[in-house]
Amino acid sequence: MESMLHITTLHYLVLGAALFLLGVIGVLTRRNVVIVLMSIELILNAVNLNLVAFSRMWGGLHGQVFAIFVITDAAAEAAVGLGILIAFFRNKETVNIDEVNLLKW
Amino acid sequence: MLIGGILVITRKNPVHSALALIVALLAQASIYLMLYAPFVAGVQIILYAGGIMVLFLFVIMLVNVERSMKERQFNSQWVVGIIAATALGGLFIAVYTKGNNIFPNHALRMTTGEAPNTQGVAIMLYGQYMFAFEIASLLLLVAIIGAVVMAKKRI
Repeated sequence: MESMLHITTLHYLVLGAALFLLGVIGVLTRRNVVIVLMSIELILNAVNLNLVAFSRMWGGLHGQVFAIFVITDAAAEAAVGLGILIAFFRNKETVNIDEVNLLKW
Repeated sequence: MLIGGILVITRKNPVHSALALIVALLAQASIYLMLYAPFVAGVQIILYAGGIMVLFLFVIMLVNVERSMKERQFNSQWVVGIIAATALGGLFIAVYTKGNNIFPNHALRMTTGEAPNTQGVAIMLYGQYMFAFEIASLLLLVAIIGAVVMAKKRI
């Protein structure tokens, strides 16, 4: 197969960009807070994919180490975010984002 | 992975979204294996798909979902959200088609294969990035305390 499609770095970057876009759409349009938090995890995964793809392109391992730190940070932020969600749900009994309007004028 | 991502943002039931996200994370781990990064793939499966998503499923169980499934599922500013996301998508398309000489678009090079991948990552993690490693452990400690304080009934 001489006309094989080489998977270059650009393909990984486009996939990362598409995932990022899906995550942004999920954050901006969904009403349920849990799904918004899951879309944030999608965004972080897209960033990780970019990092590891560039690490492979340049040959060093710095991108992979950074990706491990991003995964750790995503775990910490998911835990704190879900704790805030539980505290909020205990007060208002709903998981709508539209109901988070106590600070509105 | 893209199908998993689309299913995450469009399903009404949050449990379906969480399962679709697990599918997306496992697909991403396989892409990491394609990129010659087995350690990051293992960390992704263990931490992300095995830790964070289990946490999400626990919280979905705690939060009452039947009532939220009967309401509308897109929030009240979804038009502006779609416009902003379209602008971002247009920006991505403009960068990746017009600006094709920004980065060298050659086929992927092999990493230097003298040390196995986990060993290389460990050498770099405990040598050059030692300070970031300690700060990450401090961050996890702060996150644990913060999550416990946030979810307590009485502080």
